[in-house]
Amino acid sequence: MVEIHVSTKENGDPGPIAREGMQAAWPICLGYFPIGLAFGVLAQKAGLHPVEISLMSLLVFAGSSQFIAVSMLSGGATVLSIVITTFVINLRHVLMSSSLAVYLRSVSRGWAALFAYGVTDESFAVNLTRFRNGNWDWRQAVVLNHTANAAWIGSSILGAYSGQFIPAGAFGIDYALIAMFLCLLVFQLRGKLYTVTAIIAGVLATILALLVPGNVYIVLASILAATFGVFFRRLARKNVHH
Amino acid sequence: MIHSEYLILVVGMGLVTYIPRWFPIFFLSRRQLPRWFSEWLDLIPVAILSALVFPELFTGGNPRHLDFSQPQLWVALPTFLFALKTKSLGGTVVVGMLLFWMAGKLL
Repeated sequence: MVEIHVSTKENGDPGPIAREGMQAAWPICLGYFPIGLAFGVLAQKAGLHPVEISLMSLLVFAGSSQFIAVSMLSGGATVLSIVITTFVINLRHVLMSSSLAVYLRSVSRGWAALFAYGVTDESFAVNLTRFRNGNWDWRQAVVLNHTANAAWIGSSILGAYSGQFIPAGAFGIDYALIAMFLCLLVFQLRGKLYTVTAIIAGVLATILALLVPGNVYIVLASILAATFGVFFRRLARKNVHH
Repeated sequence: MIHSEYLILVVGMGLVTYIPRWFPIFFLSRRQLPRWFSEWLDLIPVAILSALVFPELFTGGNPRHLDFSQPQLWVALPTFLFALKTKSLGGTVVVGMLLFWMAGKLL
């Protein structure tokens, strides 16, 4: 019995794994679709060829930095300044990959490298929730990342070629990612400490977003809130011991 | 068709985006982490999700300012309650979109 279980896990049919990964990716794809479309339209208006647009979506795969790169390009910015800006915007992924690393101990370096390419705000949130619930391993996670990536590339190409044939705001699709994040946030509220950390992070992020341009507020607020959280946890532990 | 300068740009953007995604996985996944660091990482997801969502709901415009009247915020309340009650990701996405769409029609 045990042997059978192990062997199906090791050389099992890739079908169900691929299906599970793709199914878990659908809210992400739904959310990426209008954004990718908008990116394609804007980039095309900024004078980029559809091949150039899809190349950027393929190599970078990070929404907000691609929008900013296109607007900097049309403003005549240098390559170096765009690359540095991209680096700063996407530095937040360090935190996400660090949290995911714990679940990727058994993965070969090659697969880990392929997985890393698809770490975004959205895939991180869904994969982490799944890993925590169990019944999720790196195979499904890799499929999820690359399904989301395909949706991103596909929708930006569609936008590049076709312009706006879907009316803006149709069916509330612009709200898909916010709704997804709200639900994933609910999944993360696993105790008082998590709720307190969430409130601190949210309030700090809002204040910082008002004070500092760009999106550094995400990294700053997350680091500060998690640090406060660790202090609270230690404090609570000390009080129990005394 | 593609200028070499554009190619340098997207390869550069790709590298500086990929390295922060890859490095922690490469570096941390084979190591025993100190306890305080695992506790810290344990709180990072909830902090990030909150830090992503709150400013979307409470701020708007360019430059950003506080805005309590956005439909994003008012739709978030029932969407959040729905998520709390059902714990259904797909359902929450659909309900959120539906409510946001209706809010757009009404306002």
